[in-house]
Amino acid sequence: MAAKKFVPKPQPKKKDRGPFSDLDKVTLREIANCATQVHAAIRAQGKPELKFPDRSLKNARYDKKDGYFVMGRSRVERTLSVNTVKSFAQTLKMMALSQQLVDEDDFATKREAYYVSKNWEEAKFDEQPESDAAMDDIEALFSLEGVMREHLRFKADEHGGKVAGQLVVLDRDRETGRPLRIDCTGFGSGAYSIPTSVEHLGFETKAKFILVIETIGMFERLSQHSYWKTANCILIGTAGVPTRATRRFVRKLADAHKLPVYAFNDCDPYAFSNIYRTLKVGSGNAVHLNQFFCVPQARFLGVSPQDIVDYELPTHALKDVDIKRAQDMLKNDPFFQAHKEWQKAIEMMLKSGQRAEQQALAKHGLNFVIEEYLPQKLKEASKFLP
Amino acid sequence: MTSTGQQNLFAEADPKMAADKKSPDKTEKPTPPPPTRDKTQKRAETAESMGQRQREISVSEFFTKNRHLLGFDSPRKALLTAVKEAVDNSLDACEEARIQPDLKVKISRIGTSEKQFTVTVEDNGPGIVKAQVPNVFGRLLYGSKFHRLRQSRGQQGIGISAAGMYGLLTTGNPVRVRTKPGKKSVPLYFEITIDTAKNRPDFTDKAIEWEKDHGTEVSIDLEGEYRRGQKSVEEFLKLMAVANPHVWLHYTDPDGNVTEYQRGTKELPPEVDEIKPHPHGVELGILLKMVGESENRTTSAFLQEDFSRVGPTVAKEICEKAGIKPETNPRRLDSADVAKIKAAIDATKIMAPPLSCIAPIGEELIITGLKKEVEADFYVATSRKPVVYRGHPFAIEVGIAYGKPGDTLHMTDSGKIVEVAAKKNENQEVLMGAADEPVRLIRFANRVPLVFQQSACAISKAVIDCNWKNYGLTQPRGALPIGPMVIFVHFASVWVPFTSEAKEAIASYDEILEELRLALMDAGRKLGIHVRKGKKLASEFKKRNYIEVYIPHLVVALKDILKLDEKEAAKARDNLTVVLEKSRKL
Repeated sequence: MAAKKFVPKPQPKKKDRGPFSDLDKVTLREIANCATQVHAAIRAQGKPELKFPDRSLKNARYDKKDGYFVMGRSRVERTLSVNTVKSFAQTLKMMALSQQLVDEDDFATKREAYYVSKNWEEAKFDEQPESDAAMDDIEALFSLEGVMREHLRFKADEHGGKVAGQLVVLDRDRETGRPLRIDCTGFGSGAYSIPTSVEHLGFETKAKFILVIETIGMFERLSQHSYWKTANCILIGTAGVPTRATRRFVRKLADAHKLPVYAFNDCDPYAFSNIYRTLKVGSGNAVHLNQFFCVPQARFLGVSPQDIVDYELPTHALKDVDIKRAQDMLKNDPFFQAHKEWQKAIEMMLKSGQRAEQQALAKHGLNFVIEEYLPQKLKEASKFLP
Repeated sequence: MTSTGQQNLFAEADPKMAADKKSPDKTEKPTPPPPTRDKTQKRAETAESMGQRQREISVSEFFTKNRHLLGFDSPRKALLTAVKEAVDNSLDACEEARIQPDLKVKISRIGTSEKQFTVTVEDNGPGIVKAQVPNVFGRLLYGSKFHRLRQSRGQQGIGISAAGMYGLLTTGNPVRVRTKPGKKSVPLYFEITIDTAKNRPDFTDKAIEWEKDHGTEVSIDLEGEYRRGQKSVEEFLKLMAVANPHVWLHYTDPDGNVTEYQRGTKELPPEVDEIKPHPHGVELGILLKMVGESENRTTSAFLQEDFSRVGPTVAKEICEKAGIKPETNPRRLDSADVAKIKAAIDATKIMAPPLSCIAPIGEELIITGLKKEVEADFYVATSRKPVVYRGHPFAIEVGIAYGKPGDTLHMTDSGKIVEVAAKKNENQEVLMGAADEPVRLIRFANRVPLVFQQSACAISKAVIDCNWKNYGLTQPRGALPIGPMVIFVHFASVWVPFTSEAKEAIASYDEILEELRLALMDAGRKLGIHVRKGKKLASEFKKRNYIEVYIPHLVVALKDILKLDEKEAAKARDNLTVVLEKSRKL
């Protein structure tokens, strides 16, 4: 006998979702407005179009005073045509999903939304980056009205950063609503993990600065050797590009306690632009929400091209893509263009043709980084790259 | 006058070859001579004794030893060659007599044998007079065609008698012929065998009853192999029907199955003029023969009368250049004189030969023939004006049948794109390949299909050298293009330069290749327009399907967000279809 085909039970609609918040109302209104506009054009036998803010570095302006990328006025018009009909349909389906989530007071992670789309037959997304892009489009469209992804009931499912050190995070128990005190010194050989939503968190700390570390390897070395105790600081490991939640966490923490933020990265173009710059001023892709998701007070501790010389670090040759990226940074990235120090550093790197990893410091002994490098660098924090 | 030009040629060639072989040996290896050198020396020493053994061999004897040259190298090919030669003869005879050809071809097994067959070809031609029957079927190199320059299928008068000889050699049975030259003549029945040593027919004949106004039927028993498919008798006959739409053909295969190829036109190919050879097309050996056979008394008259396009002025110029008095009796010319005349001819400007001797099939009838036998979406033909290679006029024609019905799209007047359904295929031999296969190239010389040796043929070379990518097809380097297509190429000439006596491939003269190139390009350009249009239509069809897939989703999303009712949703769907599809231009 053939196996019985799985038939999912129809899910009962949630009953009382309680009153809509003001933000929810804005969200629903925006979704309805957008759909009405499209429908009106169709009724008039015209070609509907959607205007999205241009989510690219080209449309990002670096405001030195504010300290982050702000969105320019450039818009991408997407007129319904053969080439756009699929993404047009997907965008509207995504909005319909968002509307449903608000209605039911639920949420979906990006990945979940991607799987929900698998019900959309031909309009489904083949890969998650496609559904993420559609989501980002909608978010950017509504950001003009102050609506963010969280309000659309979409959540990031990216990993949170790791935290260790002199910090108590104030959270709430999800079931009872009782306040929770999470002591980040007490995770032993583990670490506190930043949640995807951080808006409700509070902080208690006496630390003197925050050290944001690119690699988990380096984070663990510093954490295991209780560097946070010696230096009286908070360690945050980002494992590559810091996620939105991590950036927001650092920003809130630094703002709340007026802490300086130092970035400790590899010395290569990717670490400069994709990791450090995103942390400090946000990304071109999410330019509409950099306001909240950046850490303008961050400064670059190392490893700088000058460190390679000063500490005689072992290096690798820059790859072609590195060189291309560095040249692109100099030519097109408003952030690096605004900072002479960075231009010098990048040019120095290009001239030497070499890059170095954080772990290269181990050449001088495994704990050289703790005993010599960091203390020495921290003495002259004013010399950090902006 | 003992030494002829040909002998001279050989006399020159031999020592040269010997010298070529010897010299590198001498320079490279001065020490002990290698065995090859021994051999050449030995041969050189015995050249005279060899001369004593040289004697005339009969063509028949030559054939028995070289039958592959005539297309009888394998049993399968022999069967096809026999059919081909008999059909060629019948058609030539009918056309010369201006009779619409009705042909009956039958292949039957002898007893239950799978190896021995009887090939019977019956025509409604003019018949053959009694005295000539034995010669036509029982003597090699006998016929009306070798001694003249005229566009005809057969050329050397070697074919049908060779088939008869092959039959005799493999089965021992004589060639059987029934013929009736006219309504009032007595039909005759012949049994003919060939004396292979003397190239002379042995025969018996008797009067018979035959319900037919006029015509000839020849039956040959031979050893063969019957197989369908490529290079089969069926394929040959089908190709024959393509290039000869004026022929009605009735074919019975060994299993008794009957295929009829209907006439596509009542028009016979136009009558063509016989022409005298053009001086530029004559080789030294032929010139020597012509000099010896000429009935003219002076060289000047010989040049004017026996060649085309030679008038008194040109004749005078040739004689002057050759340093020969125009009054010299041509029979007195020795081989050195003839060589001088040949050189003088080559150095003299002579008007191109008359082109009235070429009868192309014509673009219209090529398309008729293709439509009749190849089911396709698109047909195009190009018929080039006759031109000259080495004094011989010739014309190139190209036809193309492209696209399999069923694989293609069609736009209706209302702007809708629909798939074209395939018609039911009636003929079993399908000439066109699939879309991902190389195109089928069908070659013809004077309306006769060339089935074998495709790769050695100038036509194939020209098709491969043509850049079909320009016309929207894919083409691997150095190969035929890919696509659902049949390329028809016809070479019409008074003298087809075959690479061998089996008449299977045309030699690659520059003038021929150039004409082929031009003809293929012309047809290709027309094809290109069609292919591109088809591609555009296909991509538009794809786009429209694509649009139709996503419109419902878009509408469902709108319906969900705006809580539209069914009626409104349907209206939105219709409007979107209009906006996205109907507004599209091709």
